[in-house]
This record gives sequence, C-alpha cells and structure tokens, in this order.
Amino acid sequence: MSILDSKIPNGPIADKWTNYKNKINLVNPANKRLIDVIVVGTGLAGGSAAATLAELGYNVKAFCFQDSPRRAHSIAAQGGINAAKNYQGDGDSTHRLFYDTVKGGDYRSREANVYRLAEVSANIIDQCVAQGVPFARDYGGLLDNRSFGGVLVSRTFYAKGQTGQQLLLGAYSAMNRQIGRGKIKMYNRHEMLDVVKVGGKARGIIARNLVTGEIERHSAHAVVLATGGYGNVFFLSTNAMGSNVTAAWKAHKRGAFFANPCYTQIHPTCIPVSGDHQSKLTLMSESLRNDGRIWVPKKQEDAEAIRTGKMKPTQLAEEDRDYYLERRYPAFGNLVPRDVASRAAKERCDAGFGVNKTGEAVYLDFASAIQRYGKEQAHVKGLDENDKNLIIELGRDVVKTKYGNLFQMYEKIVDENPYETPMMIYPAVHYTMGGIWVDYNLMTTVEGLYAIGEANFSDHGANRLGASALMQGLADGYFVLPYTIGDYLSQDIRTGAIPTDSPEFEEAEKTVRDQIEFFINNNGTKTVDHFHKRLGKVMWNKVGMSRNEKGLSEAIKEIKEIREEFWKDVRVPGTADGFNSELAKAGRVADFLELGELFAKDALERSESCGGHFREESVELDGEQKGEAKRDDENFTYVAAWEYKGEPSDAVVHKEKLVYENIELKQRSYK
Amino acid sequence: MNLTLKIWRQKNAKDKGKMVEYPISGIDGDMSFLEMLDVLNEELIEKGDEPVAFDHDCREGICGMCSLYINGEAHGPDRLVTTCQLHMRKFKDGETIYIEPFRANAFPVVKDLVVDRSSFDRIQHAGGYISVNTSGNTQDANSIPIEKEKADAAFNAAACIGCGACVATCKNSSAMLFVSAKVSQYALLPQGEVEAKDRVLNMVHQMDLEGFGNCTNTGACEVECPKGISLENIARMNREYIKASMSK
Ligand SMILES: Cc1cc2nc3c(=O)[nH]c(=O)nc-3n(C[C@H](O)[C@H](O)[C@H](O)COP(=O)(O)OP(=O)(O)OC[C@H]3O[C@@H](n4cnc5c(N)ncnc54)[C@H](O)[C@@H]3O)c2cc1C
Ligand code: SF4
Ligand code: FES
Repeated sequence: MSILDSKIPNGPIADKWTNYKNKINLVNPANKRLIDVIVVGTGLAGGSAAATLAELGYNVKAFCFQDSPRRAHSIAAQGGINAAKNYQGDGDSTHRLFYDTVKGGDYRSREANVYRLAEVSANIIDQCVAQGVPFARDYGGLLDNRSFGGVLVSRTFYAKGQTGQQLLLGAYSAMNRQIGRGKIKMYNRHEMLDVVKVGGKARGIIARNLVTGEIERHSAHAVVLATGGYGNVFFLSTNAMGSNVTAAWKAHKRGAFFANPCYTQIHPTCIPVSGDHQSKLTLMSESLRNDGRIWVPKKQEDAEAIRTGKMKPTQLAEEDRDYYLERRYPAFGNLVPRDVASRAAKERCDAGFGVNKTGEAVYLDFASAIQRYGKEQAHVKGLDENDKNLIIELGRDVVKTKYGNLFQMYEKIVDENPYETPMMIYPAVHYTMGGIWVDYNLMTTVEGLYAIGEANFSDHGANRLGASALMQGLADGYFVLPYTIGDYLSQDIRTGAIPTDSPEFEEAEKTVRDQIEFFINNNGTKTVDHFHKRLGKVMWNKVGMSRNEKGLSEAIKEIKEIREEFWKDVRVPGTADGFNSELAKAGRVADFLELGELFAKDALERSESCGGHFREESVELDGEQKGEAKRDDENFTYVAAWEYKGEPSDAVVHKEKLVYENIELKQRSYK
Repeated sequence: MNLTLKIWRQKNAKDKGKMVEYPISGIDGDMSFLEMLDVLNEELIEKGDEPVAFDHDCREGICGMCSLYINGEAHGPDRLVTTCQLHMRKFKDGETIYIEPFRANAFPVVKDLVVDRSSFDRIQHAGGYISVNTSGNTQDANSIPIEKEKADAAFNAAACIGCGACVATCKNSSAMLFVSAKVSQYALLPQGEVEAKDRVLNMVHQMDLEGFGNCTNTGACEVECPKGISLENIARMNREYIKASMSK
C-alpha cells in the first residue's frame, strides 16, 4: 500500500461529511484561547480561514506579502463563483455540481473532496450575501446567474466582472472585524521563507519583513498555507507579479509531498502577447464566452490579409468565417471547457489561421450578441425593430452593462474598440490544479501543516471548471478547515505556547539567512528577470499547451542548466536590511527553477493526455473523437505525489489511487 | 520613444529624498507605464545601481497596489485607469515625465515611490464590516430581495480598490471618498443597516486619528479616482454621519 492515506471517511458519499463532523473531536471555547494558528496568505482561502478561526476563538497570526490583505490575487478573479443553489430551476443539484466538477477535471480528482465542495457551495452564497457582498441581481431583486464553460446549467453568481474583488473584500471585512477585536494579528509585507518542524510537526514559520529586512520567527500549534498558485513558473501568466511557489516549495522541502505539478490550466480568453517587454498577461473573463463567438477566417489568404492589415475582420463575409468551436463541438459550442477551447485555438493558429501580427490570436466577436440583445430591447420597449442603428445602440448598452469593465480593460490595453471590432484573444497560463498534496482533512504529509485554496491539489483534477476556484477557496476557508483543524488541535490544549528558541527554529532561520546572504554577495552579471524569462520560454514551448516526450526531456535538461547558471551568475542589487524587491524576487525565481524541473518530470511520467495535460503521443486515432485527447485510465487513474529528495531529478513519486464509486469513468465528450 | 524621467528617490522613511533624472530610450507605445519602469530598472541593475522601488502586483487595475503621481496627476494623465493600466502611447517622444510617490501625512514614504497606506486598513478595522459570523448558518441568500438599483449602487461604491489616489490628489489629503465608498456600500444594503450608526461614527473617528485632512468639496478626488467612485458617496456619508450623531 502507498504511504499516502487520504483519510476519506466511510459511508455513502452524500453522508460522509455530516458523519465526519459528528464524530470529530472538538476544542472547547476556553481552550481555543490557548491555541495559536498561523495562516500564510490572505486570499479567499486564507482570508476566510483566518477570520473563521479567529471567530471560533483561536489566536491567529496571518501573513501576506502585499501591503494589505485586500490585495491578494483573488482580487483579480472576474467571472464568478459557482454554487448549487438551483435558483434558476434548471435542474442543478449538489450531485450535478459534483458530477460536472469530476467530469470537468477529467476524472483525476478525489470524489469525496469534490462532493463535500459541492455540498457546502450553497452556504457560501448565503454567507457572502449576509456580509454585504453586492452580487448582481435581476429586476425582481433576486440574485442573477450566468453560465460558465463545461456545464449545461446556470449556477454562476457574479458581481459584474469583479466577483473576486467583491468576495475578497467580504473575507477582508470579516478579517477586519477580528483584527479590530485583537483575535487576528496581521503581518502585511511579510514573506514566509520556511516552515519550522518540531518533533515532526509543523510548529511555525520563518518570515522576512519586506520593509525592514528583519528575519522573524513565528510559532504556532498549526500552520496553514493559503499561498495561491504557481502559474508564474511560466514567467508570463495571468497571475499577479508577486504570485509565487516559495511557501509551497519550502513546505515541500520540509516533507510535504507535491501533487500533480504538471496540471496547469491554460485559459483560452486572454489578451495576446504584444511584445518582448510584456510583464504579464491579462485575462478576459470566460463569462464573455456566454455571448461572444470565437472564429478565425476559413481561408488562409484571408487570415494573411488580416494579419498584414489589408483587410478588417468586419469586412469578412459570414460564410468565410470558421466558428471552429461551434463546428467541432455542436453540443457545447463556445462553452466547451477551457482546455478544449485553448487547444482548439492553438490548433487553428498553428495551421496558419491566426489573426494578429504574431499569428497567435483568434477573434471573440460580439456582433451577433449585440444584434440579438438590441432586437430584444427594441421589442420590449416597443421601438422600431428594423432601425439598424437603434438596434446596435440598444444591443451595445446591454453588452456594456454585462461586460463593460472588461471591454474597457481591453480597450485600454489594445487600443481598439471591442464594441466595433472583434476582440483578439489567445490562451495563457492561468491556474495550477497541481499543488501540495492534502488528505480529506486538508492536511499535508507534514503533521499540523495544512494547505488550502489554489495552493493544494485536491478538487479540480486535471482541469478546473470556470468559477470553481473561488468556490473552493471559500469552501476550504469558511466551512471545511475550521472543522478539520479543530480535530487535530484538540490534542494541543495542554501543549502551551511553542517556544521559538529551539534548535529547529535556529536551523531554519540560518538556512534562510544563508540564502539571502548568498544573493546579496553573489555579484553576478545577469538580473533575476533574465533567468525568469528564460525559464518561462522553456516552460511555454516545451511544457505548455501540448507536450511530448522529446520536448519534456529537453526541458528537464535545459531548466537544470538555467538553474545552475542562475546560482553562479545572478545579480541582486542593494542590501538585505531594508526594502529590496529584487532580493524577494530572487528567492522566488530560485524556487521556480526547481519546481519547473519537477513539473516537466511529472509531465513526462504521465504519458496519457488528461484535462489540461495534453500529450501528443496520446490522442484518439479514429472515430468521432479523432484527434481529441486520450486518457489512459488503466495506467493513470492516480494522483502523482512527489517526495523531495534533494535535486528535483531525485524526487520520488507516490501514487494515490483514485477510486470512482459514484461516477462512472467515461471519455469526456463535448460534441 | 525617447524620454526623460525625473523620479523621486528616497532610501527609506528617514532619508530626505530628491528627484533624480534618467534618460530612457526605445520605449514602445504598447508598453504599460510599469513595463517602462521595468526597462529602466533592468538597465539600472545591469549598471550596478539600485532599481527604483515601486508598488505593484496584479498589473490589471484591480488590486490597488500600484500608485505613482505622474506629471502632477495620481495614476497619470489617462482617466479611469490605474498606473499599471496606463500605456506609453499616452506620452510623446521627447517628453519629460515627473514621477513621484502618493504624498500625504497619513501615507509616509517607505522607499522611493513606495508609501505606507496601512492607515486605510486601520479605518476598515474600525468598522468596515458587517458583524456576521462565518458559521454557514445564515439565512438563504434570496430571502431578502434587494432592488436592482440599490444593489447596483452598492456595487458601484464597493468597486473602490483602496489605492489612495483620492488622498494623493486632494489638497487637504482627505480620505473622504475612500471612507464614504465603504460606508455607502453597507448603507445601501439591508444587511448593513443594523450597525450603520456605529460604523460611520467609528470609521470617521479613525480617519481623523490617522491624520487625513478635511473635505472642502473640491471634487478633485472623483476626477482622479480610477474606479469612478462618485462624490454622491461623500454626500451620503455626510447624511449618515449627521443622522448617527444626532441619535447618539
Ligand atoms: C485573472 C484571474 C481571474 C480569475 N477568475 C476566476 C473566476 O472568475 N472564478 C474563479 O472561480 N476563479 C478565478 N480565478 C482563479 C482564482 O482567482 C484563484 O484560484 C483563487 O482566487 C486563489 O485564491 P487563494 O486564496 O488560494 O490564493 P491567492 O488569492 O492567490 O492568495 C495568495 C495569498 O498568499 C500570500 N502569499 C503567497 N506567497 C506568500 C509567501 N511566501 N509569504 C507570505 N504570503 C504569501 C499572498 O500575499 C496572498 O495573500 C482567476 C484567477 C486569475 C488569475
Ligand atoms: S475612492 Fe477611488 S481613488 Fe480613492 S482609494 Fe478608492 S479607488 Fe482609489
Ligand atoms: S498593480 Fe494592481 S492595480 Fe495596479
């Protein structure tokens, strides 16, 4: 048997969580006051966890690297959050959300965790509304919903294109209440640089104060990592500039297994790269696919004419356009899951149908939506339905209320008006399904160390459905971790405060200090970004949207070389005893350079295609699904959890077999 | 484009600080303002100098981390954008650009262009929340319908990103636009009513303690606010404040 114990409770899937909650050990309120918990990260996952744990009575210390918890990258989520409320009466239910998530994840997630997520999802919406989160409403004053890719119901709640912002501000407000009461001590502009284990248990962290440069020791009875995803290993992604793998990687080095590092989501609707100066990519929410139609020209010569500026997209006749998603996937059309939509865009562009200067862009067109809405409005208002200009005007107004801020964002970046000419989009790295391995309790393989939100691996399998990350973050933080961590902490009521003068803290602090000193004194010739960009190129070209054995083997070698050169030749200016962004960045890139190699190694081992992981060697050769990704359930229905053994190449894989008792494994078909 | 940058350099909070001139060339109109600073910083590091410190994270106008006072305007010359969304096509070849931090007594400089805005957080600790526990035992989300118009107005107020441009722009360094946005969001929702009085009194009290100035209705904040937060919020907060003070 594998050494991984997922600790899934017994019983029928629908009763597992309730039975579990009825049986766990509780900590009485007076004793909670004797227990300290560290929460690293204040995004949706960490913010909601910190607030809830403090409310329950624990003493919480929370950390983030930004200048305020309100700025965690969850703030950038645009489209929405799923919940099985069935307010639309369209047949939604806990089971359907569970099913959609497992199927969307291409049957590579753990059933019990996903079911629990679906089960608590409805509570999230109730909770957020009670906190004053201003979700979109219809004219009757009730909550409005939209649809996201990969599903046939309308279960996504939203707040214009700023859902993540509003949810995070909700969690932030809950934190503020506890900060005001003194139950959370907030450490802004602090970066966690190591986990401290005492007697095999996680008992604290080492953090650097990013303003003063001080290295600090913080102890607690349990440590929660809510530090987000690692998409920035690609250099260019839709993640914030500071998003990093450091916290997770340091935990990995201290014994936390890293699961499925190669599962990455490449989002189909991002603004294309404009040049070498590019520092990050901007997402255009998936919600746009509710109304936008994706196409490229049918003929290569038209694509060529558009690329060279000889023709405008609006001049191309309807019959000369290839709405390739509608053509290939009639059932789901423009709303196929992200991995499918991304690969289809790449396929068209690689075949020479791309539409911008670089040949790496497709159109997302709102002209038909504007017509449709315009006619509807004219009808409702009793106006002339044949007045073309009026229809366009009315239609644009509707599109504006739905997506106004996204259109504005697009126009500011690209300098084109998307109401008049179709948007250009291209896939970009967006989300990492892989992450720290956790059991049903969300505990890692290090006792007392938990991982929640995007930082863990558990709920989305090989591909995440839109609007499900926000749901998972808040589910973990508000409704799951507060129970599971209590069960663990019940053994610590007599432990007393954890001292920070032990040899373990000493050793961890020294490791951190040594690395910082190394960077400051290295006096190399190349900047941190130089190495980060090179790593990103290898990742994108060889470990990106489509992968093969040769490319992956090369990537492993190349990443190792870049890493060696980095340590020899990186230049970090300034000093260690003050604000120094380059120093912080150097530490993050050092960890990306190790993760990147493990990532490629994981992708190489998994020679099947599943979800966001597409191996060119593994495609359907004939039949209706010809050319589509081919899973290999017989050999790969497992989670690959990697144990650190020094160099990434020495990492050892442990397999958690995935058992499907409630959902039948099937080929994902969106045809 | 070739440009001349005049940038505020200050080692730390104690240092006096000064403007330093940097020529820069090869800037493309499609670059964002911060990407232009990235180019400068790469050059500085390669030369062995210290790069210019500035705050940023999301680079898409939503986290509120970036700041910068550019040619005398918070977030620069464009409207309804943050500095990270400002593009170089808004500038002309040969232009001189002045880049300073957001200045206010309540926003001390940390280094170069980075300021400390924790005063904003402390105002929120004083009352920027609805006291509801996160137990999951709240009532169904649709049990209280909210008029669409009010819900939308609450959303518009809630869109504030806490960047501090309103303060940096105001000749009195007043934080009224920021505070009123939060007060308004809750005042417009039935969920916020219960604590409305204490909330506005406590938040305004903290705002005064932090050393923000008074509002004299110049309206400069509304013009520079990247999220279009409206002055109506200040009027609403004033009404809430008077109502609350009278009933105390
Ligand atoms: C542009 C964009 C749009 C998205 N839109 C949607 C959407 O519409 N719906 C949806 O469901 N999902 C969406 N997602 C995904 C979703 O937003 C994220 O997966 C989710 O918000 C992650 O939340 P989190 O709490 O796990 O981490 P984050 O919000 O990333 O928070 C990480 C926290 O950890 C802290 N941290 C990190 N490292 C350290 C360290 N070393 N030391 C100290 N602190 C540290 C940070 O300061 C921060 O507070 C989107 C993602 C992006 C990038
Ligand atoms: S009101 Fe506007 S300018 Fe002021 S902090 Fe909020 S978003 Fe920034
Ligand atoms: S960097 Fe986030 S708003 Fe500018």
